[in-house]
Amino acid sequence: MLRNRHMIGWVQAAPLAAVLVGFLILPIITVGIVSFWRATEFSIIPAFTWENYEFLFGSEVAWRVFGATFRYAAITWALTLSIGFTVAYYLAFHIHSLKWQVALFLLCTIPFWTSNIIRMISWIPFLGRNGIANGALMDLGLVDEPVEWLLYSDFSVILAFVHLYTLFMVVPIFNSMMRIDRSLIEAARDGGASGFQTLVHVIVPLCKPGIMIGTIFVVTLVMGDFITVRFMSGSQSANVGRLISNDIGLLAYPSAAATAIVLLGTVLITIAVLLRFVDIRKEL
Amino acid sequence: MARRPLSFYVLTLVFVLFVIFLYGPTIVIGILSFQGPRGGLTFPMNGVSLHWFFDLFEQQAVGDIWGSFRRSFALGLMVMVTTVVVSVLGGMAFRKRFAGSSVLFYLIIASLVIPSILISLGVGLIFNQLGWRVHWATSGFGSQLTWTLPFGLLIMFAVFNRFDASYEEAARDLGASPWQTFSHVVLPIIAPSLIGVALFGFTLSYDEFARTLLTAGSYNTLPLEIFGMTTNVTTPVIYALGTLTTVFSFLVIGACLLAVTLLGRQRSKGATR
Repeated sequence: MLRNRHMIGWVQAAPLAAVLVGFLILPIITVGIVSFWRATEFSIIPAFTWENYEFLFGSEVAWRVFGATFRYAAITWALTLSIGFTVAYYLAFHIHSLKWQVALFLLCTIPFWTSNIIRMISWIPFLGRNGIANGALMDLGLVDEPVEWLLYSDFSVILAFVHLYTLFMVVPIFNSMMRIDRSLIEAARDGGASGFQTLVHVIVPLCKPGIMIGTIFVVTLVMGDFITVRFMSGSQSANVGRLISNDIGLLAYPSAAATAIVLLGTVLITIAVLLRFVDIRKEL
Repeated sequence: MARRPLSFYVLTLVFVLFVIFLYGPTIVIGILSFQGPRGGLTFPMNGVSLHWFFDLFEQQAVGDIWGSFRRSFALGLMVMVTTVVVSVLGGMAFRKRFAGSSVLFYLIIASLVIPSILISLGVGLIFNQLGWRVHWATSGFGSQLTWTLPFGLLIMFAVFNRFDASYEEAARDLGASPWQTFSHVVLPIIAPSLIGVALFGFTLSYDEFARTLLTAGSYNTLPLEIFGMTTNVTTPVIYALGTLTTVFSFLVIGACLLAVTLLGRQRSKGATR
């Protein structure tokens, strides 16, 4: 019977396992192997060399780019967390009818199901030199000539990240908030806590799992990104993802692979640290 | 009705601003896609016309966007069906612990958080070394599944965690076979969630970029085609394309939400009868 139980599980999980082995594990292993290979101008040659890693760690540019990647992740995290928490709090505690909660929640999630590329492109008329933002600033007399750093700058990169990824904070935090037993909040009020004290001492601690899950999403998405930085900075800023995609463009696969492995290591360490704060399996 | 506290109004304002922030840019390119023939990428509007939408039908203006749309649509359907089937099976499997289940669980999470470019690069390299040609329907298809399946499974986990197993027991007690129990009891109960999984499967595939980049081969999917356009197209035709594909996404989302609502309504009617 025990055997049977395992068998059914394995059969049902087999297609899933097959996809993950074929398109997740094998690719990672391949990237790991190729990171030790050599490249010529036209092809890649099997070898066992640490050259790619030595070059990466010896390169000042690479260190700077890794630093920039962390900076993007940290700033985006802080912004998405504060906006996401506020929005989730509003939906969970200020909207009392379930119907409205569902409707407004959907309103926040719908953009997630549309194209990221289009959503990035759609900032151009807003932030461009002759865009709406500059027009408004000049009409208000705040500036005399168009502000150049609105588009194709770190500012626009962060703006796009926040635009694309705040949702990943809203959903898990909202989910945590909806599970909070409302009598706890009443108890806090009866005990004489102010609204702010209730927020800090009751709601925030109980939302920690949601905050952590959102954090993992946002941090990994930003750290692994290459397209947003490339597009929104007009190729003027770099992060690790762009370092990799540039190497790929030059057909320098071993070097790209080495950078990708280091990126993967960095992301996994970051997640391991975050996971110390939350048990994901309990949260589903 | 109790009076609302001041914080309610402040937060409502924040929420409204957030929604404007989310939708504003999309609405702006929606408006700008109706630019006159001589209009540019920003305001002011230089007349109003459908010029740029007509341009989408001319090969030389935009390249092969209709071909890429067809490919993205077909790929989206393939990914959608596979995601639903594999997620349901996987979700059923995870209802009981089996040897290796926690390893598989962490693989699912890993699939979600791994930088997309690793999948793209890795799959591309495997095909390259094996001498296979990358193609959107093979390597692209598999790579996209590593992004859609985790979402599908997370939804199924949430569904089955709240699933009342006594319905199944009742069916079994009445003599239903395992397959009958599944198709007549479990499936109808989880049906609305399956529409959700399908929505994730289709839209995430339809818009996927990073994992498809090195795995689509010589025939581009729509997002790849659009990204290619950003480097060499400097007319509002790109807004027209953006507007069309966004409207298409909205239609897909709307259809799914409608289906869920109708299912729910039918069910509550059945309950009162």
